[in-house]
Amino acid sequence: MLNDQLLPNLYRTEYRKIVAVLARLFGFEHIQIAEDIAGDTFLLATETWAKKLPENPAAWLYTVAKNKAKDHLKHNAIFTQKVSPAIQLENAQSSELEIDLSEENINDSQLQMMFAICQPIIPAEAQIGLALRILCGFGIDEIAYAFLSNKETINKRLFRAKEKLRDEQVKIEFPNANEINKRLETVLLTLYLLFNEGYYSSSGNINLRRDLCLEAMRLNHLLVSNKATDLPAVNALFALMCFHASRFDARMDKDGEIVIYDEQDTSLWNDELISRGTNYLILASRGEQLSRYHIEATIAYWHTKKEDSAEKWENILQLYNKLLILEYSPMAALNRTYALAKADGKEKAIVEAEKLTQLKDSHLYHSLLGYLYTGIDKSMALQHLQRAFKLAKNKGERNRIKKNIEALD
Amino acid sequence: MNDFLLIFRRDANFDMQLTPAQMQEVTKPWQDWMGGLAAQNRLANSGARLATDGKVVKSDGVITNGPYVEVKEALGGFIIIRAASLEEAAELSKGCPILATGGTVEVRQIVPMQ
Repeated sequence: MLNDQLLPNLYRTEYRKIVAVLARLFGFEHIQIAEDIAGDTFLLATETWAKKLPENPAAWLYTVAKNKAKDHLKHNAIFTQKVSPAIQLENAQSSELEIDLSEENINDSQLQMMFAICQPIIPAEAQIGLALRILCGFGIDEIAYAFLSNKETINKRLFRAKEKLRDEQVKIEFPNANEINKRLETVLLTLYLLFNEGYYSSSGNINLRRDLCLEAMRLNHLLVSNKATDLPAVNALFALMCFHASRFDARMDKDGEIVIYDEQDTSLWNDELISRGTNYLILASRGEQLSRYHIEATIAYWHTKKEDSAEKWENILQLYNKLLILEYSPMAALNRTYALAKADGKEKAIVEAEKLTQLKDSHLYHSLLGYLYTGIDKSMALQHLQRAFKLAKNKGERNRIKKNIEALD
Repeated sequence: MNDFLLIFRRDANFDMQLTPAQMQEVTKPWQDWMGGLAAQNRLANSGARLATDGKVVKSDGVITNGPYVEVKEALGGFIIIRAASLEEAAELSKGCPILATGGTVEVRQIVPMQ
């Protein structure tokens, strides 16, 4: 009997492996063929497994994919002329074409694919989309849902991105040693954004959001597990993801609404992920380089401390200062001001918050000012919370602001 | 928005020999002030702190130890900020910690490359 979940699960884990290995063999310009072969393989599985389930389903998929790839090479004259000579150099006879689906080759292929996709020549959201499709085996409908978009838009976006990468003759290969740091910057940024897409997106599907985070962690883990890419910033980003992920269960209530940090049940924090994060943060502290991921991971590390202490918030404040001096972001500006209130008091933080006029259209900015004025100036607090309520984008945020307004009385 | 160079000058006899605890006490106001400018997205370049030692090379080829014989104030460091006008840049300089120890901030607009 075919288990309902077996095929979707295998699709999620095996599709990407087959695509990565075949695309590496054929070259990026023929990635569509690799995707088609992988897709056809799963189609055949859907048709035949209902009658008889193979003993080893994953091995069955590999064998079928290999045979389909060989058939394609045999029967497609143009493809054979253009691509096959190169492959034939490595494999004396194309009929004995070796398609290596060993774990090692799969991992290498996926790593190289990561470098191929994460290129500044295509927009960040296209990089994330391609990563989700090719490296994570997400369906177009899932990607559309994650981006709060529709299938047509995502299809177009991915098509254009692949075309651009093909035009630029992107190769599926490891960057050479003196290039690797520069290229890793783009890869890490894409993984960081992929994780954030899951962690902070307003999409309501909790399972899908968690999957996005776990996929970002899986890809990041591939990088730390490979000698050439096991670099400090890579470890720092992985530590950051572990620390954030440790609060998965605590930061969302049963209705999928966000529970803010101050109100989380700390017994739900995942100690195992916290200690994993700590280990990777230690590994990240080799060398001289201090990336934004180091700073953010250290901030996240302090957030895993359950006791509120002056030391904790002073450290977080100074880390946000460092992060902002390195690179401005509106989120860091708001968080820095919150940390300032915790470290040096609300009065001082209000003075600094009032200077952040560039954020006056953000509901988060007015929520923060509402919080800072609470207990100090009730009418100012009310004014800002009402402004925040008007600017808020979704129901969960409005509910939270409403609660804060009611708490003023 | 234009870029402005803020030049920090302080007493030439300023003692740079600080204990770690003193160092931290000196560092915090600077980090808080620069963090505050950065939070307003006004920090264009975090600049540099300068050592007290220096040499001056003159047109006749003579090299002297530091310019401090004639001047009471020495250059301590600089940053570059973004502001709408020279007045606003000067206003943003008011919180600079160098002022608390009797130093000065010189504000100069950077002329954009043509």
